Amino acid sequence: MEALLRVEKLGKRFGGFVALDSIDIAVAPGERLGLIGPNGSGKSTLVNCISGTLRNETGAVHFENRKMDGLPPHQRTRLGLSRSFQLPKPFHSMTVAENLHVPLLYTVNARRGTHLSNAEIDRRVEELLQQVGLAVKSDRRPRDLTQIEMRKLELARAMAAAPKLLIADEAMAGLSHAEIDDILSLLVMLNEQGITVILIEHIMRAVMSFSQRLAVLVAGKKIADGEPQEVMRNPEVVRAYLGE
Amino acid sequence: MRTWMFWLVVAAVVACIFGLSRLVTNDYFFFAAYVVLQYVVMATAWNILGGYTGYVNFGTAGFYALGAYSSVVLHKLYAPPMVVLILAGGLVSGAVGLCMGYLTLRLRGVFFAIATLALAIVLETLITNWDYVGGSRGVYIIRPAAAPFFHGGYIQYLFLVMLILSGVAVCIARSIEHSKLGYGLATIRDDELAAEAAGVPTLKLKLIATVLSGALMGMAGAPLPYYITYLDPSSAFNLSLAVNSIAMPLVGGTANWIGPVLGAVFLATVQQIATVTISSALNLLFVGVILVGFVVIAPNGIIGWFARGKRRRQG
Repeated sequence: MEALLRVEKLGKRFGGFVALDSIDIAVAPGERLGLIGPNGSGKSTLVNCISGTLRNETGAVHFENRKMDGLPPHQRTRLGLSRSFQLPKPFHSMTVAENLHVPLLYTVNARRGTHLSNAEIDRRVEELLQQVGLAVKSDRRPRDLTQIEMRKLELARAMAAAPKLLIADEAMAGLSHAEIDDILSLLVMLNEQGITVILIEHIMRAVMSFSQRLAVLVAGKKIADGEPQEVMRNPEVVRAYLGE
Repeated sequence: MRTWMFWLVVAAVVACIFGLSRLVTNDYFFFAAYVVLQYVVMATAWNILGGYTGYVNFGTAGFYALGAYSSVVLHKLYAPPMVVLILAGGLVSGAVGLCMGYLTLRLRGVFFAIATLALAIVLETLITNWDYVGGSRGVYIIRPAAAPFFHGGYIQYLFLVMLILSGVAVCIARSIEHSKLGYGLATIRDDELAAEAAGVPTLKLKLIATVLSGALMGMAGAPLPYYITYLDPSSAFNLSLAVNSIAMPLVGGTANWIGPVLGAVFLATVQQIATVTISSALNLLFVGVILVGFVVIAPNGIIGWFARGKRRRQG
């Protein structure tokens, strides 16, 4: 099958430090990919290169067979490549509902053939808030939210852009067992609607139950990529996680 | 309130103020009021980039002076009517805003502020060395003997011009605030990376903000040569102008259009009164003391103060 996202020989360095070393990853439409790796292994840098926040020095990112290199992040978002941030970055001066207005106004309405009226935008925002369980907080400011609610807002904002590919960068860090299940079922539901999801996570229970395929980054290199159970038995992965 | 309704209300307020001013016989009132209104335009213009978008511009005097000096050039060429001078001033300063924005908007925070300050200094050096507009000697502008449209001194005409201009500036600021553009600018102020990720074309919006802000400042400066009749670089590029244009929105509140207006009316009036009653040299001291006072007592300006009182009453 034709890949939705194709990352080829992607390289990124910060000064003398090689953050990503010739990474190849392909994601099929509708797939659920888990991306794991120890701290500092380059997961977030990879996300930043895919979404355009950082520029990769070598290699290329293709999305729907279109070369992404050189495109600014907002254009990638408009093409259907949406991401949430590891540390939530809400718009502080706006209410929770207004935070979700932004991607609808600037991404969904910027696509050819779609123009949501104000009433439709309001309805969509309400729907999204219901989905993530923030409906009661819609008029609050982000500073009134708990850490968990902040993460839900971050995810909802990425969802509001109506993406084809959603990259969730550690959306579950610091959450309780039940809350992780909430977010997982949300992601599975999105996936069932046809959205491809890349999940970057440290919580192995979540990654293992969610992912159809698992890729492992260690020190800027991809060391394994395949069926989750198999990948976890890979001696190199075990060594990276547990030491010799 | 709908945008067109707001424009009507502002038009009515402008008409009222002008009507009342016809009762004033002392010409000095118009001299002073012109300055206050000019600061309403400057503070409002600064706030489009500084308040809405979060980019602090220290180069306001540069944009203002460009407006003034483009008037000087046009006056020497063929002395067109005031509308043309204002539009030309806006065009020149807007264009410089676009170039400056393109070069400097990749900088953030302090670095952007320093770049804008440098721009004002570069412009001042250029003007000082340009003989056609008087260079460092300055230039005398002989304004028309009579004002067009109505009987009354020329200064009253300039007052009317600045009054209309401040009305226009306020309307533009408010329209931005309640538009898609306003949303976009606010996301840039809050978090630029998140704004991009949400699909906001940040560079484009920042350029729109610098152009609008710069153009309004140029427009505010355009009538200046006719106001003071002798223009030299040190008065056009006056540092107090830059300080005031920043202090006024901060004192009034940067969150919406009314803040800069309140701040400008308050601070500029205090300065005008102080100039007459105490000493003209004390002007900036007043600005400094008031600014320090507000930073301590009401960090969100007059607007923030009222909003806080309202919240408290509501419990």
